[in-house]
Amino acid sequence: MAAWLAGSRWGAAPAAARRDLLVSCRRWAGTSADTVYDVVVSGGGLVGAAMACALGYDTHFCDKKVLLLEAGPKKVLGKLPETYSNRVSSISPGSATLLSSFGAWDHICNMRYRAFRRMQVWDGCSEALIMFDKDNLDDMGYVVENDVVLHALTRQLEAVSDRVTVLYRSKAVGYTWPYPFSMADSSPWVHITLGDGSTLQTKLLIGADGHNSGVRQAAGIQNVSWNYDQSAVVATLHLSEATENNVAWQRFLPSGPIALLPLSDTLSSLVWSTSHEHAAELVSMDEEKFVDAINSAFWSDANHTDFIDSAGSMLQYAVAFLKPTKASARQLPPSVARVDAKSRVLFPLGLGHAVEYVRPRLALIGDAAHRVHPLAGQGVNMGFGDISSLVHHLSTAAFNGRDLGSMSHLTSYETDRQRHNTALLAATDLLKRLYSTRATPLVLLRTWGLQATNAVSPLKEQIMAFASK
Amino acid sequence: MIRLAPNGARVDPGTFLLGIFRGRDRKWWFLSVAMWGGHKMGSSGSRFLGGLRSGFRGAQACCPRLTTSQAVYSKNQLSWTLRIKPRVFSEYRIMWFKSRSMTFAYLSKMKSYRLPWTRLYGTSQTTVDSSEVKTFLALAHRWWDEEGVYAPLHSMNDLRVPFIRDNLLKTIVNHQPGKPLSGMKILDVGCGGGLLTEPLGRLGASVTGIDPVDENIKTAQHHKSFDPVLDKRIEYRACSLEEIVEETAETFDAVIASEVVEHVIDLETFIQCCCQVLKPGGSLFITTINKTQLSYALGIVFAEQIAGIVPKGTHTWEKFVSPEKLESILESNGLSVLTVAGMVYNPFSGYWHWSENTSLNYAAHAVKSSVQEHVVPAKFALKGETEELRAEASHNSGVREELKR
Repeated sequence: MAAWLAGSRWGAAPAAARRDLLVSCRRWAGTSADTVYDVVVSGGGLVGAAMACALGYDTHFCDKKVLLLEAGPKKVLGKLPETYSNRVSSISPGSATLLSSFGAWDHICNMRYRAFRRMQVWDGCSEALIMFDKDNLDDMGYVVENDVVLHALTRQLEAVSDRVTVLYRSKAVGYTWPYPFSMADSSPWVHITLGDGSTLQTKLLIGADGHNSGVRQAAGIQNVSWNYDQSAVVATLHLSEATENNVAWQRFLPSGPIALLPLSDTLSSLVWSTSHEHAAELVSMDEEKFVDAINSAFWSDANHTDFIDSAGSMLQYAVAFLKPTKASARQLPPSVARVDAKSRVLFPLGLGHAVEYVRPRLALIGDAAHRVHPLAGQGVNMGFGDISSLVHHLSTAAFNGRDLGSMSHLTSYETDRQRHNTALLAATDLLKRLYSTRATPLVLLRTWGLQATNAVSPLKEQIMAFASK
Repeated sequence: MIRLAPNGARVDPGTFLLGIFRGRDRKWWFLSVAMWGGHKMGSSGSRFLGGLRSGFRGAQACCPRLTTSQAVYSKNQLSWTLRIKPRVFSEYRIMWFKSRSMTFAYLSKMKSYRLPWTRLYGTSQTTVDSSEVKTFLALAHRWWDEEGVYAPLHSMNDLRVPFIRDNLLKTIVNHQPGKPLSGMKILDVGCGGGLLTEPLGRLGASVTGIDPVDENIKTAQHHKSFDPVLDKRIEYRACSLEEIVEETAETFDAVIASEVVEHVIDLETFIQCCCQVLKPGGSLFITTINKTQLSYALGIVFAEQIAGIVPKGTHTWEKFVSPEKLESILESNGLSVLTVAGMVYNPFSGYWHWSENTSLNYAAHAVKSSVQEHVVPAKFALKGETEELRAEASHNSGVREELKR
């Protein structure tokens, strides 16, 4: 499966000639009266806005013109609303470093965020659990509302508006790709046609327009994707009592994982991936029943079987015998009292991976390149990782005077990121499938596997390091 | 092209098998004539392998006319003589060869065979070799294909641009972050299609690119015309260096002659002209190929004939310049050599690397002395000045002086 997901371009250019033939056939021999931008980022979501920001604040891009195209309206930067938004993201330390490199993290700190120091992940069918934490109880990650991040990014973009232009309410409707190498009278740039009929030219187009990426479709890049038979329900929950609330909880139920992310001392965010029918039911049921459903999902031992329990405790004794250190007993998450009205939403889940991340004068980042199940909390972090890598390569290229759309550094970015993303995508998909079943052999396998992984600290540290890049 | 290859190398569909024979070394050899049509496009790695395969593409193939064909057998020695009338200069050549043993004796014959219409202008004022002009004319439209014929040159930018940029930045006090070389005037001699000129333009410098081949300048002009920023910063002229020496004397902060000195006729004159157009304290950057056995074996035999990394006929081994010779010419013209660094090309990965070893390609950076220095005369009475000159002379390795105290 990883082989399907991996791009065909690990060895650079022999495939490039073949790829050039796959480029869509609309050519442009028009005038060059339009402005030629150095980089156009299509899509102003979390990842697109962060990309434009990162380029705007990069030293070697001082002289360059960057444009961000966003189909939605500009969000007025007023006061932060009292109620928390139900769409939150878990930001890894690596992503936080990226955001602080262009000053957005300071704005986030001034608004609101929640750091969590520990993560407990356990099985619904057995006692097995794994506890992640850093040795000195450093922050493992941050839970931030998506709106807060976007607000911070918008403020930073405004501060650098001489270099980065943002066009709101502009949707690109057509793209025209250049010939492989300069032929007589054909423009070597990418031409973008906007909804209002105006055109732009750019040396590099970055597609950050989400998992139904128009850029990716226009370029004809093949996307390996499938829909999961699960939808995610998100909601903002009020806890029964105020606690320190710096632990992220996730339990794998046979129907799908349920996760509780801390937002404040009394509030947590719910992400419950479950079957489509159950998700629809959860969203429409009344509040009391919903709260009961959540509590029992976290606390109930209904799916335990004696066989698995005894097999699990057997391994637990063995581990305790070999490694008599701190025993991680299963802790229970805080109980939920209320749910915020109108904060229950559901959205479908799927997996997607673009076979190629780059083409001549085109690069894909974020969900346009890869879409993942939220069980590992990695979706937006992979996007931020793409940004770090691409900005690094573009910055070096700009300092070397290279043409920004040249394949040499774009292929390095692609190799770099495909290696990381393919592994993570494959692992997440494997976990999802492994934990979707109640079949005893698999439950036994995953119980022992989880307990063994929990016992081996270097392995846990490796996992945390990989996920927090 | 006539190819002699050991059995085991692939025969591609474009070759006509002329004979199989067993040489004295008891190896089976086969002899074939390949129709060479055009240059394949592909990465350097696949081109390297493609060079070994040598397919034929019908697009531009000109059929060679076999005018005479004689075969002479003898017990100990097998020699074939086959004359092919060349149509496109760079694709075919007249060759004679003998096959006897493992040593490719025909190679030494090839060295002395140059095309009949080549005339070297020995006594002219120009440093431009017209045969070189013809070589490059044939490939004038291929410059900007990053995976085509000129892929190694595109890839060499990864070394040359930082080399030039970093050495020039040492002379600039406050550079602007986005345009580090802004304010510098640079002359790119033998700019070709502008492969090196454009990156320097993007870094903020005002660059003038000159090349004796008109077609190259046209390609370069056309390519830069699409980028409004580069259009303003770069200027191209189809001329040779000698023609602009008078009007541009002492106007350039840097002169770059990359992959050029192995194509000029008169190196001494060329360097003198470079020196004349440089401001005092200006930099001269040269990248070229060393004249060694290794550069013959790898640079000509392997790169041109076998692997097709470099188009055939691009280089002539006699014109290669060793770093010692280059240094002595530079020093004798008042340029002090600051850096000589070796460069190595990996044909599989398509990347260049810096190296301690200068026996293949190398880059040199020399600076024109800021005070007008003429060659120091041997007799000098004043003590103070002799000491100053001794310090100068220690830089000039090529200048041997005996200073009398």
